[in-house]
Amino acid sequence: MGIEHTDVEDLLRDAAPQVLGTLVRRYGTFDECEDAVQEALLAASVQWPAGGVPDNPRAWLVTVAGRRLVDQARSDISRRHREEAVAAMTPVDHLVAPAPDDDPRAADRDDTLTLLMLCCHPSLSPPTQAALTLRAVGGLTTAEIARAYFVPEATMAQRISRAKQSIKRAGSRFEMPAEPELTDRLRVVLQVLYLIFNEGYTASSGTVLARADLTREAIRLTRAVHELRPDDGEVAGLLALMILTEARRAARTGPDGELVPLTEQDRTRWDADAIRAGLALVAATLPHGPVGPYQVQAAIAAVHAEAPRAADTDWPQILSLYDLLSVLAPNPMVTLNRVVALAMVHGPRAGLDLLASLDTDPQLAGHHRVDAVRAHLLEMAGDRGAARMAYQQAARKTTSVPEQRYLSARAARLGTT
Amino acid sequence: MKYLLMIYMNEDVFEALSQDERNAVFAGHDAFAPKIRESGEFIGTAALTNPTQSKTVRVRDGVTSATDGPYIETKEYLAGYYAVDCDSMDRAIELAAMIPDAALTAIEVRPVMDESGLEL
Repeated sequence: MGIEHTDVEDLLRDAAPQVLGTLVRRYGTFDECEDAVQEALLAASVQWPAGGVPDNPRAWLVTVAGRRLVDQARSDISRRHREEAVAAMTPVDHLVAPAPDDDPRAADRDDTLTLLMLCCHPSLSPPTQAALTLRAVGGLTTAEIARAYFVPEATMAQRISRAKQSIKRAGSRFEMPAEPELTDRLRVVLQVLYLIFNEGYTASSGTVLARADLTREAIRLTRAVHELRPDDGEVAGLLALMILTEARRAARTGPDGELVPLTEQDRTRWDADAIRAGLALVAATLPHGPVGPYQVQAAIAAVHAEAPRAADTDWPQILSLYDLLSVLAPNPMVTLNRVVALAMVHGPRAGLDLLASLDTDPQLAGHHRVDAVRAHLLEMAGDRGAARMAYQQAARKTTSVPEQRYLSARAARLGTT
Repeated sequence: MKYLLMIYMNEDVFEALSQDERNAVFAGHDAFAPKIRESGEFIGTAALTNPTQSKTVRVRDGVTSATDGPYIETKEYLAGYYAVDCDSMDRAIELAAMIPDAALTAIEVRPVMDESGLEL
């Protein structure tokens, strides 16, 4: 009564990593503890909205998950070994009262990052790292994750269970890695959080309901990491990048779900509060320490956000940021975006020349975005026939329905001659 | 990335097989499905009846007509599919090669379109 379902949901998602961390520290088995926490979260999501939230939600979840774990051990282990095994599984305080170390926030907070590092284990593929992160750290149910990725629940359950087995086989422990591994693992965590963000952000109207949660989760988890590592410029940079990108969400699709390119978006529909928050984060971060790729991308998003109209965009500034990004973290998308920035500064022909020199790049060859950028630059240069053909080429190659709609519409707009 | 593995069948090819060879094809499918379920790559599958059972539906000037037989008359026809979600086209090809029909006729592998899109 009086409790919104989403409030309970938020409470559960916030509590998930802390409860899991407490359990793993007590029992030491990530795989089984994670299953037990998932069951406890499901039980709470059914019982709390109807019966009310317990006084100490986290202690409730720890107790219920702990009982599941003991029940599981009882049923798993043969009768002969049962008694001693259960005795060994049960801690001295016997699951009833929260252990003294449960409440101080410091210990619990560290668990979020330790869990993230475990879920983003290098032995797993990025999509699997993302799925496990959403469940073990994000507190989402397998069904919710399966819906977001459009696969059957059984398939997602299987992936998560295999992921946990891989981590076990790799002999990974529930502990903070030491430097220099810590820095490398944190980079992987950030990549996974950005992947989750993009899965949600790129959703078009038809899929928004299933995926909007992913964007929110990615921002929530990145914010949690930022609170734990406030001095890490890349963590702050990623958070700012997400906030500034998310600020454009309402303007990035038209009324029929069609994509609206950045330069044509109605900027009054951008979220001004989010932009202020993102810009403040960029301003607070950039002057300190070494500059990494997320900070540069956040800076690019900030330059776009600061232009009241597309025509006011400071393209020379964006070009110099892409120059920096191509050195720090070269990849095909950075190369293509730099071509666009170059064309905006030096004209479409300069962009097309650079694009032609990239035709032999094996990472770019045959990619639909090369054709899309070429089409856009040809259109800018006034070569309508060639632009139309390049748009059509890009439309045939893309695997994205909204991109295909956008590219076909651009081709059609240039006439049929 | 999601892919549709389309199984194409040719009746003449299938009829030329011995009973043992036919049983091996069925056994191959029975082994393939659990394999991709276990690997977490399975999305869906269906086997289709012979295209003689097809009805082809057209609407012209608001009038619906349904004629007997397939839309396109060919020796080879779509006999079924597996939908998978895997890491790459290379992996999708590897999966297609495990389908027994790949050794008899062919499997066509095509990426499934995604509802997501970037601001271009």
